[in-house]
Amino acid sequence: MIFNLIIYILLAIGVFFNLLAGVGLLRFPDVYTRLHAGTKCTTFGSIFICGSVILIGLRMWYTGSTDGSVLAIHTIFALVAILLTNPTGAHAIARAAHRSGVAPVRAVVDDLQNNTLKKEEEK
Amino acid sequence: MLAFVITTVLCFITYLLLTTGSGTLGLWSLEEILVGAILSLIVGSLARTIFVKDNFRMLNPVRWIIFIAYVIGPFFVAMAKANVDVAYRVITGKINPGIVKISPDLKTDFGITMLANSITLTPGTLSVDVDEDKNDLYVHWINVKKKALEKKPVNYRYVCGKFPNWIRRIAE
Repeated sequence: MIFNLIIYILLAIGVFFNLLAGVGLLRFPDVYTRLHAGTKCTTFGSIFICGSVILIGLRMWYTGSTDGSVLAIHTIFALVAILLTNPTGAHAIARAAHRSGVAPVRAVVDDLQNNTLKKEEEK
Repeated sequence: MLAFVITTVLCFITYLLLTTGSGTLGLWSLEEILVGAILSLIVGSLARTIFVKDNFRMLNPVRWIIFIAYVIGPFFVAMAKANVDVAYRVITGKINPGIVKISPDLKTDFGITMLANSITLTPGTLSVDVDEDKNDLYVHWINVKKKALEKKPVNYRYVCGKFPNWIRRIAE
């Protein structure tokens, strides 16, 4: 009973943060700020969703089903893959956006701007 | 030779973890163990020069313990803060963005990769580009503090706190 409650709470936290990422994508003005919402919130939400799946898997394992071990360990691998690839993908998108000339909206400072221009002049 | 052994053993462990519950020999079946061993030998001989570049400093278990402590300690706390921060900005719409340059003074590729990923997942910052000669990072910062802009390049403490010190202990 309490175990189920913990799983539901973890799922709820995860779904809440993933929902927040969606709302952020709609509300923020440009690609960089949208990436802020799209990477941090989805990663954090996925940690909790994966956590609840791992708990379910561990309970299945504890009650004697070997399928539980498959579920738990594969979910841990999926979590590690999300943690590694999500920021890397965001970094690649941000870099590509800046190289193709998308300036950050309402920017106070842009150190990279001059630097990119310099590189193009050298070429 | 050592590179070959490390790559093979890591491959084999990963294969075993991914095939748990397949049989009665412990958790595995004999076929899975044999196929896993053969495949890891092939992968080890092909990928050893890619997987291990030039040094073996990550073999030290102390570095792994620090790494795990870093991930579940300061890193996770910073991530939680980051999400509350993004939630606040999503709801109120208050942003003050900019791209700043920081010099974290890390030397290895592994260290700079880890720092860039940590920066992306922690409060208000997203790494955009890297200067490969000097290992400087360009960071998109959602809420630029006026105080940090007085000196250039910006002191990394404003952007990512003590992460470079942790990563220096892990990767260098």
